[in-house]
Amino acid sequence: MDATRPRYLTEPAAVRWLLTFVALAFLLLFLFLPLVVVFAEAFRNGIGAYAAALADPIALSAIRLTLVTAAIVVPANAVFGVAASWAIAKFDFRGKNLLTTLIDLPFSVSPVIAGMVFVLLFGAHGLVGPYLLERDIRVIFALPGIVLATTFVTFPLVARELIPLMQSQGNDEEEAALTLGANGWQTFFRISLPKIKWGLLYGIVLCAARSMGEFGAVSVVSGHVRGVTNTLPLHVEILYNEYQFSAAFAVASLLTLMALLTLVVKGLMEWRSGRRANA
Amino acid sequence: MPSGVKSRGNILPGFGLAMGFTLAYLGLIVLIPLSTILLKTASMTWGQFWDTVSDPRTLHACRLSFLASLAAALINAVFGLLVAWVLERYDFPMKRFVDGLVDLPFALPTAVAGIVLTTFYSGNGWVGRYLEPRGIKVAYTPLGIVVALTFVGLPFVVRTVQPVLRDLDIQLEGAAAILGASRLQTFRRVVLPQILPATLTGSTLAFARALGEYGSVIFIAGNLPMRSEITPLLIMIKLEQFDYAGATAIALVFLLASFLLLFLINHVVLRRTAAQAG
Repeated sequence: MDATRPRYLTEPAAVRWLLTFVALAFLLLFLFLPLVVVFAEAFRNGIGAYAAALADPIALSAIRLTLVTAAIVVPANAVFGVAASWAIAKFDFRGKNLLTTLIDLPFSVSPVIAGMVFVLLFGAHGLVGPYLLERDIRVIFALPGIVLATTFVTFPLVARELIPLMQSQGNDEEEAALTLGANGWQTFFRISLPKIKWGLLYGIVLCAARSMGEFGAVSVVSGHVRGVTNTLPLHVEILYNEYQFSAAFAVASLLTLMALLTLVVKGLMEWRSGRRANA
Repeated sequence: MPSGVKSRGNILPGFGLAMGFTLAYLGLIVLIPLSTILLKTASMTWGQFWDTVSDPRTLHACRLSFLASLAAALINAVFGLLVAWVLERYDFPMKRFVDGLVDLPFALPTAVAGIVLTTFYSGNGWVGRYLEPRGIKVAYTPLGIVVALTFVGLPFVVRTVQPVLRDLDIQLEGAAAILGASRLQTFRRVVLPQILPATLTGSTLAFARALGEYGSVIFIAGNLPMRSEITPLLIMIKLEQFDYAGATAIALVFLLASFLLLFLINHVVLRRTAAQAG
């Protein structure tokens, strides 16, 4: 990197320092200090108030709902991610580009519109909502709606991690296993799954973090019933709008820790693959 | 549908199962729900549709969303390029930590980003208290929206430019230097044309993300109609008033406009810069 560059291929020291200073000042102001704000505000009224905000029954029920939602969404999207990457990376077929584009589609739809489509479908005046309500099945303003909206928003995450990984790995090991007499599922569980386990793990971590942190889409379908259909991010919003700032930041600090954890996992993954590339 | 598979001696099993599950899941979770937008719009009369879409409040929200997203994308193009350059080319303490931190806006839930930035830039906040006496009001103004959108879009340019910068051929810069170009000339004539397409791609991604962004904006925006109300918020307000037709009409126009814009940027601008660089 820099150390290997001869002097005529880099900038004068003063320019280097100036650029580094401006870049770091920008990151400090835009990324690092906001991160510090979360914890400073969360502990402003002491650790007792922090613990009380998290032990509040409404906060606990929000934590529970958030975890239940993630426990449904993450496995579903993980299975989809594996299936989609298997079809796309291991086979050639017409319309592959179209399929890849469609899988990425949820990323370019606003979270609010993502929530809205489920209201149009399952709401009291929606396409199938009245039919379901007659049979006492509530989707909107209930857990199924929250799960569906969260699944939509986090839909591409696992598939996106796995498709390029599987494409770069090729099929040689699988073909060897099949030639030696393994059946399809044996090949998948003994060969393919171990090959992609780190990418799958990272995709799952990303998907879990996004599904626990999703705000806009869930906000549309949740109905904001306190203690019943409020997830953690919605609970943060309510506390903040009620001027309970340190409680809002205490709950937000949980979500921030989760975000930091995903960054650490990402760092470990890159360190691992970097080490393997150098070896 | 094995008939679509090209036979080139592929002996791997499971195409039918994997493809079938993929298409069914994609249809149920994404395509059928999204198609309700078209169905709902089709049930409106042209007059209803036009009244919602041409309402001054709608037009103002759309204009604000596009301009604020554009401003944030431009800020990110400049600073994202700078950050990527510094991370790839220079050494400084805690570089790995700083590099990892760049992804924070991807990982941080938007509601958290929203309340953090509002607290940071409000009149008695950490930075706001120094800005407001100088007449710069960030929180509860359109400027606050640009700040929030810059935050959420920050990683896109950095992460798109970094790999390109890493793979640049050092010999081209060497040749330029030997032929007598100054460092600034080398940057402008040799390096910049090679990293410009990636910078544009990154800021296009940031722009697309910013258009739909909701959580991080609504806390800092102030949300005054005709002043600081973004399109996703207007859709949300229509839904809360059970005006599903109005919400759908705005959503459809907004989605189509963003897709069209992204298509234009991708196919016109990127192709032209790629042609120039090549």
